[in-house]
Amino acid sequence: MAKKPDYFDEMYGRGSTPRAPFEDYAKWFDGENNARLLEKSAEAEALFRLIGVTFNVYGDPDAAERLIPFDLVPRIIAAREWAKVSKGIEQRVRALNAFLHDIYHRQEIVRAGRLPAEMLARNDAFLPEMIGVTPPGDIYTHIVGTDLVRTDDNEFYVLEDNARTPSGVSYMLENRETMLHMFPELFSKIKVQPVSQYPQSLRRSLMACAPNACSGRPTLAVLTPGIHNSAYYEHAFLADQMSAELVEGHDLRVVDGRVAMRTTRGYKPIDVLYRRVDDDFLDPLTFNPDSMLGVPGIMDVYRAGGITIANAPGTGIADDKAIYSYMPDIVEFYTGEKAILNNVPTHRCSDPEALKYVLDNLADLVVKEVHGSGGYGMLVGPAASKKEIAAFRIKLEANPGNYIAQPTLALSTVPILTDAGLAPRHVDLRPFVLVSPQGIEITPGGLTRVALSEGSLVVNSSQGGGTKDTWVLEE
Amino acid sequence: MLGKTAGGLFWMFRYLERAENTARMIDAGLRISLTRSSAAESEWTSILSSTGLRGAYEANYGRSYDGPRIIDFLLRDPSNPGSILAGIEAARENARLVRTALTREVWEAVNECYMVLKKVLANPIEDRDLPRVLQVVRQRSAFVRGASHGTMVRNDMYNFSRIGTFFERADNTARILDQKYYILLPSVRLVGSASDNVQWETILRATSATRAYQTLHEGENDPKAIAQFLMLDGRLPRSLKFCYGKIAENLGYIEQEYGERSTSHALVDSICARFRAHDMNAIFDYGLHEFIADFLRDSAALGRQIEIDYRFIE
Repeated sequence: MAKKPDYFDEMYGRGSTPRAPFEDYAKWFDGENNARLLEKSAEAEALFRLIGVTFNVYGDPDAAERLIPFDLVPRIIAAREWAKVSKGIEQRVRALNAFLHDIYHRQEIVRAGRLPAEMLARNDAFLPEMIGVTPPGDIYTHIVGTDLVRTDDNEFYVLEDNARTPSGVSYMLENRETMLHMFPELFSKIKVQPVSQYPQSLRRSLMACAPNACSGRPTLAVLTPGIHNSAYYEHAFLADQMSAELVEGHDLRVVDGRVAMRTTRGYKPIDVLYRRVDDDFLDPLTFNPDSMLGVPGIMDVYRAGGITIANAPGTGIADDKAIYSYMPDIVEFYTGEKAILNNVPTHRCSDPEALKYVLDNLADLVVKEVHGSGGYGMLVGPAASKKEIAAFRIKLEANPGNYIAQPTLALSTVPILTDAGLAPRHVDLRPFVLVSPQGIEITPGGLTRVALSEGSLVVNSSQGGGTKDTWVLEE
Repeated sequence: MLGKTAGGLFWMFRYLERAENTARMIDAGLRISLTRSSAAESEWTSILSSTGLRGAYEANYGRSYDGPRIIDFLLRDPSNPGSILAGIEAARENARLVRTALTREVWEAVNECYMVLKKVLANPIEDRDLPRVLQVVRQRSAFVRGASHGTMVRNDMYNFSRIGTFFERADNTARILDQKYYILLPSVRLVGSASDNVQWETILRATSATRAYQTLHEGENDPKAIAQFLMLDGRLPRSLKFCYGKIAENLGYIEQEYGERSTSHALVDSICARFRAHDMNAIFDYGLHEFIADFLRDSAALGRQIEIDYRFIE
């Protein structure tokens, strides 16, 4: 296998013998025939199509439903490695919730001088409507997807804290089902921690956050923008697995101070709403008045304790890029401990000294807009031409406060199956975290996204990325 | 259950049943055009009328009733929202909408039905492939029905699915009768004429009742007996009486489950009473065409009432 010594490969490290977590798998793989595995790969694809694990591509009617490519070489993580990662995630998620409570109440962190007040005041993701509101159970982020990358044996970095409506968990679950279906023999040889409990854990976790208005067993519903949404499959999947109703805005209305769904027998109140609709669209009376996806008046019901909304409105502030650079401070402020997981060192260009450093090192850095997303308006120094760098320099100097800069990380690789056998590709990892008054639960592993073209660092499914099953081994 | 979900199940099974029925009608039309080319044109227009698509066809192609073009129109023409392919797509879209109410088997059956037919109907069908394609349509629809029969819990979800199936089926049988009633009238009976024999056969073929009729009537083609068979015989699963018995039965289960009667129950009871109270002689006395027209009107009213009673839409 051709090796790129400048990247850490999770199967082979920086050498040519398998690392411990991959040993048993490598032994099995050596006894397999590449052609048979490629057949299995086609079989998996047919299975995904039949089940309907697809995502919609907007504005492309001919290819309205696409599959995210699935690679059948698992990513394997040792129990010891996972223990450290999950401890770090738990710490971070606990801090995020404490942070959200604080900024919507007394803002101690601002008073203590650890976070500049303008980080909140000038931020669209901060919702004034949430000031003074305490969600049921004091939980803001019921579901978090913490995006991690690995750069070495012991180096994990948090790339992003997805605290709004992280998606992808259905792929984590279907990937495992598919692997169990295709390679049962592997799972009897290698002891892998299960993930299939996730939907029940999610249900339990949401039910534990029922609002005061709920009497008896909480009624749970999943709010989807509808069948044309790119993640509709996931919404239906989770509702189905949790035995919750899958509702759209037009199924709901406020009746007697509760949010209720139209059933065949009349309106029935909902206690906990797992919404997969953005804040902006949640309530046309409070936010975007043109929204057809939400429920007029739901925010009033929410503030009066008539419904639990998961995640809480206004949690987006916690995964904002500008706030991200303060995460090590935030973790320390609320937990009294040093952050276990690394933040990617982030230079805030608003600071003159940082700006000078960034301008001197543009060719080596990734520069991002503070409020940008999806890779727009950003500079990837090592991949940019001199001309592009010069043009970006002018934009940066004109409005430094609008930018942050980070070093380019040497993302780890995991092999994928190709016609010519195994070949290393860059990966990231999104573990899924559930938060309830009873505690924090992290499903072992998560969703591994993989850049399918050689050398590429872009793992996004909208740009041709694929996924892998992620195995955390038993102790 | 959400009202939207009840509506989605009802329509999913209606669309599937409709696609299947259209396939049967094409099959009957094909048969007549192969055996009696002079009768073919009137047969195709009658099929277009039975499917309610004559207006849409004429808007596109005027009054030229060309067999292959009509077949393509009914099967897959993108300009026809009532084509078999469009029906399968609509069924599957409804299935996605109610995904949480379906078992995995039912979902996979309808999804596979869609995937197979999308592929099969991607291009115009050549004559020699047509019988096979029509068979695929009937078979795939039957798979979905079978999967739901075998795996769905017998609750209101199942009941709304069944109501959709039988509502559409009865509608289809009634529309065929509405187009053909004149050849079943005793007054114009020209016993044994070749023309009538073919027409009678077509009706039976379009309702998949040929073999059953012949077995039960010892091969004797008699218009009154055919009308009686398709309307009042409770043994034939595509007769009006059978379908309405099933609709009443399923509405009855919903009444038990919900503990309340709705206006729909009264409507379905009055339609069922009509099939019990009348024999064919009485219906001929009243007027076969009038009886069928009344039925179509009342059944449309029932469809609207179910939608209201069970809050399919706001």
